[in-house]
Amino acid sequence: MLTMNKAQNVVAAPVNAVPAAAVPGDAERIAPDTVGDVTARNAVICVRGGNVFYGDKHALINVSLDVGRNEVIALIGPSGCGKSTFLRCLNRMNDTIESARVSGDFRLDGEDMYAKGTDVVMLRARVGMVFQKPNPFPKSIYENVAYGARIHGLAANRAELDDIVYGSLERAGLVDEVKDRLDDPGTGLSGGQQQRLCIARTIAVNPEVILMDEPCSALDPIATARIEDLIDELSEKYAIAIVTHSMQQAARVSSRTAYFHLGRIIEVGSTDKIFTNPSHKLTEDYVTGRFG
Amino acid sequence: MTADDDRAGRQLSPEETRRRVDASLRRRYRREWLFRFYGLFSVCLGVVFLLFLFGTIIAKGYSAFRQGFVQLEIHFDADVIDPEGAQDADALSIADYSLLVKSALRELVPEGASRAERRELNQLVSAGAVFSLREAVMANPQILGQTQSLWLPLNSEVDLWMKAQASGKGNADVANRLSEQQLVWLERLQADDRIELRFNKAFFTNGDSREPELAGIWGATKGSFFMLLVTLLLSFPLGVAAAIYLEEFARRSWWVDVVEVNINNLAAVPSIVFGLLGLAVFINFFGLPRSAPLVGGLVLTLMTLPVVIIASRAAIKAVPPSVREAALGIGASQMQMVFHHVLPLAMPGMLTGAIIGMARALGESAPLLMIGMVAFIVDVPSGPLSPSTALPVQIYLWADSPERGFVARTSAAIMVLLAFLLVMNATAVWLRSRFERRW
Repeated sequence: MLTMNKAQNVVAAPVNAVPAAAVPGDAERIAPDTVGDVTARNAVICVRGGNVFYGDKHALINVSLDVGRNEVIALIGPSGCGKSTFLRCLNRMNDTIESARVSGDFRLDGEDMYAKGTDVVMLRARVGMVFQKPNPFPKSIYENVAYGARIHGLAANRAELDDIVYGSLERAGLVDEVKDRLDDPGTGLSGGQQQRLCIARTIAVNPEVILMDEPCSALDPIATARIEDLIDELSEKYAIAIVTHSMQQAARVSSRTAYFHLGRIIEVGSTDKIFTNPSHKLTEDYVTGRFG
Repeated sequence: MTADDDRAGRQLSPEETRRRVDASLRRRYRREWLFRFYGLFSVCLGVVFLLFLFGTIIAKGYSAFRQGFVQLEIHFDADVIDPEGAQDADALSIADYSLLVKSALRELVPEGASRAERRELNQLVSAGAVFSLREAVMANPQILGQTQSLWLPLNSEVDLWMKAQASGKGNADVANRLSEQQLVWLERLQADDRIELRFNKAFFTNGDSREPELAGIWGATKGSFFMLLVTLLLSFPLGVAAAIYLEEFARRSWWVDVVEVNINNLAAVPSIVFGLLGLAVFINFFGLPRSAPLVGGLVLTLMTLPVVIIASRAAIKAVPPSVREAALGIGASQMQMVFHHVLPLAMPGMLTGAIIGMARALGESAPLLMIGMVAFIVDVPSGPLSPSTALPVQIYLWADSPERGFVARTSAAIMVLLAFLLVMNATAVWLRSRFERRW
């Protein structure tokens, strides 16, 4: 756990004039650098003045953004703009990178994620993550899904664990394909199935927020369509933040969109507005395909 | 005409391009052929040397697996062995069995009348024959008073003579060591089928001995076993724990760098230095017994530890980060991530490293010389604290012995050692293929 404590030391660094208030007032509805409304109704995650440094590199500059319950927010932007970095801040996966330093106010349900007393294990149980490359454990399909529930002690007995595994596979739309071979290795599935297995593994822990880091970039169009349908269904229960390189995907699955550029959030707004009537020149250039 | 036009004009024609490519291609193929030839040549050279090495060892050593025996009609005379009729173990174990051998020999070759001739006759049979008789009596005291036909080991010189005879080339040098009279007797015994070469069980079951025909590797093998046991039990857990700590938990700092550099340096320290260290620390400071496999194991642990740590760290490093992220992303603690996901995937690499380190430890002799495992020890060790020697040291001791019977035994012991190493390395390969999992 040594690597995880480091970020806490820098939390106290001065944060750009944003008080650590749980409920932002009118004055903070619009962050200084950002066009549009960064707040969400019924926010579950609330970020104000977030900064990330990798060594000397300032990867994320003073970003503020909310993630609301039951909404899908898409994070778009050109490569290296900080959207994945931002996503990884939301469940402190950046802690594993030794040179990374995080400062700013990151709140989950009003609690400071980077406060000294925060248990990072608990945080990650509440904020699950699906990665770019499908990464099932080299274990059986059943074990893959059961693992999270098991380490968090969610099931009192085998029957409950079975229920969790079947329920999660069902919600991930995978149960019909794998129910007869739960003991086969998870790595033997196709890429799309592996990614859905990873989603099932994540929702087995019953998180409040699911972070998805380009979940479809390694998949073919049919598998991508299935994942997108799945995201749609999951949004009824979970808050989802998805990083994507595909603007079509962002338009299809999300209700809000944040456009990142060189470590800043340039514009936040409803997906319709960002794609049809962006306010900022950079956003317009990006969504119309002029660069990126 | 401008310079640019000039340049454009000098562009190669398609024919010229093909010609040049063709020329360069031929050069490339020649280089490739040469490189392949060098590679093949070095591989062949290595194989030739290896075959030569194995060939000489086997050619010299195979004869040690057989030993000359003579069939004697032994009369277990109760008056000689147990004159008081007590039949207790103490009396039986100190009885003079050589008398039985001598009288049996005299019956076989009655004409050996003079004292000198009788001595020559008695010299044909190994001094160790009495042990076989004692064993037979101790195992079954009812044998007293009976006459039994037994195969008893011959003296090493006779054994060599028989092997020279068997190989077809009458070795004059060997024959010169035996007197005319002895050769006559031996030829008679041979004609009667009384002497023959049989499987040399003693070589595998005995401890060391001054008599080549009685010397065996069991003592050294057991010593090596206890030593490797200590080494494995200490170096594997310690090495793996150190590797996990350094790789997964330690923060980058100058202290970790220092530790890392020192581990790498330790792996390159000559092994005899570890022997000196063991002598100074374990024997002189902690007062552990000399010549004990425990101390040998401790010294070899020091020697093997860096190898295990380096191999384990490499194995841990090879676990893809996606597996770690998956575990952490679902809320596993650092500890759970390491023990549930990283370790199982790194285990084959760790085991391979450990076994290769153990194989190196098994073949090590220099540090053992420093801690007294080079002593002449006849008894087979009963535990890690009883004095013992080790296989490579036994080879060294025999190679140093003047008796010619040890020449073949040295090579045979090398064959046994090589067989152990081969088995260990094969186990490493098997473990790797058995437990290696794809991701």
